Amino acid sequence: MEKLGIQELEQKARQVRKDIIEQVYHAKSGHPGGSLSIADILTVLYFREMKINPQDPNWEERDRLILSKGHCSPALYSCLANRGYFPIEDLKTFRNINSYLQGHPDKNKVPGVDMTTGSLGQGLSVANGMAIAGKMNNQKYRIYCILGDGEIEEGQIWEACMASNKYKLDNLCVILDNNNLQIDGTIEEVMSSYPIDEKFKSFGFEVIKIDGHDIEEIIKAFEVAKNVKGKPTCVIAKTIKGKGIDFMENQATWHGKAPNDEQYRQAMEGLNER
Amino acid sequence: MKDKKVATRQSYGETLVKIGKENENIVVLDADLAGATKTDLFAKEFPDRFFDLGIAEANMLGTSAGLATCGKIPYASTFAVFATGRGYDQIRNSICYPNLNVKICATHAGVTVGEDGATHQMLEDLSLMRGLPNMTVISPSDDTQTKWVIEEISKIQGPVYVRLARLATPIIYEENQKFEIGKAIQLGEGTDGTVFATGVTVAEAIKAQEQLKQQGIHIRVVDVHTIKPIDKERIIKCAKETKKLVSIEDHSIIGGLGTAISEVLTEEYPTKIERIGMKDCFGKSGKAEELMEYFGLTANAIVEKFRD
Repeated sequence: MEKLGIQELEQKARQVRKDIIEQVYHAKSGHPGGSLSIADILTVLYFREMKINPQDPNWEERDRLILSKGHCSPALYSCLANRGYFPIEDLKTFRNINSYLQGHPDKNKVPGVDMTTGSLGQGLSVANGMAIAGKMNNQKYRIYCILGDGEIEEGQIWEACMASNKYKLDNLCVILDNNNLQIDGTIEEVMSSYPIDEKFKSFGFEVIKIDGHDIEEIIKAFEVAKNVKGKPTCVIAKTIKGKGIDFMENQATWHGKAPNDEQYRQAMEGLNER
Repeated sequence: MKDKKVATRQSYGETLVKIGKENENIVVLDADLAGATKTDLFAKEFPDRFFDLGIAEANMLGTSAGLATCGKIPYASTFAVFATGRGYDQIRNSICYPNLNVKICATHAGVTVGEDGATHQMLEDLSLMRGLPNMTVISPSDDTQTKWVIEEISKIQGPVYVRLARLATPIIYEENQKFEIGKAIQLGEGTDGTVFATGVTVAEAIKAQEQLKQQGIHIRVVDVHTIKPIDKERIIKCAKETKKLVSIEDHSIIGGLGTAISEVLTEEYPTKIERIGMKDCFGKSGKAEELMEYFGLTANAIVEKFRD
């Protein structure tokens, strides 16, 4: 696939946001807030950055992505469908009893999903395993692992960080979705993980801070990360939970709630106007 | 049964080296207990394929899952209490649900850990692991069987839990003994009773069988090395052919071998069974043999069941 430019990527990201709303609306459940905050990052990864082949989802040399914050599956499913891993119309079956599109990503059910996730805090350990295997096999693939800023309250994340550093996993790029909200409130109110940058630095990561909704900054961050040698990278992306839907932005209540008919209409209109 | 005693953890370490030479996809992970779990034998031979993840079991299990997605065959080891207790959610969601090819070989199971006491004596691991879809659960009884199973599981796809012991126990089987996953081994043809045993208690059951023979009571011992899938046919056959059923395990009577057999009997051939095991209690410090005596996990405890 030809690499998309910034404007085209912005168009794709808008489509991903529409798909997120469609999925959650039709399922009458799901997690729109955190899906919308990672829409731009995932768009850049799937439509420009990652070396993947939708015709051969299990291609050994492919780059891999682990959505450790697995509840944001609507964003991932939209990217996969729009890249041709499965029919776009299937997105409407999300969370349905007859659908393969599970509430949280299932690697054995959904083509293109590299790891089953859902129980927070587990993805980075798995990413380490993939990165270690890549080094053992002298394969050039890269591993991308998306963590939430609430998720890193889980202790296993820091166990994994020590190991990423020990094994010098420079083929690993962690992306931290810093939307500053978790279910019970802001990160500071519930259990502050700040200063996130200092924490990852002290665990041996190269840290890059970006605006997670600026396509150009996202592209540049991945370019920089690719050239970091001898240590893993953590891209801390400042984001807005619910980004792109006016009434969902920065509202913890939209973490795991579906829009009603009126809110759905309003959200889709807003996205069409942009 | 021979006089020579070997701890199954030792058999494990030695077999890792053997299969490591034959299959370069085999990798081994440990959590700062390589000397005790005997994975240090593999580490010496294959330092590039050994990963010590430190005192961080959850991460070790997740890393194993990641390696498995890329075609490696990870053997992950630590003490049973940490592997299945601390790592339960990782085993459930990152290994069993995605059905990944990870072999969890946990040592120091049961009260036979000894002096370390209750915090280190895992009595619920069979129960925890048996409840997980996709998981195969194996509890080998001696050196020969352990060597077989460690090699055998490298050839099958999917998650496996192997329960290994710290205590050295007698070698039961000759080297040419044939084993099959899911097929229990019947020792003897007695019809006065059946003793189902697993792991370190199989040797006790054989001792009881010999003692009872002196008294004219002829029982058979069934070595249930595979706890899941359980050998239904053998259990039903023994229930039909023998007068009394007893189970014995170095594990809680809740959820382990005795429970697994009871489930089969209840549905297929309702029969009374007496379960010997840890009776819903924690262990304590002491020598392994003393603890087996204290908690009644011995040949004598079995003989008692046949007294009346």
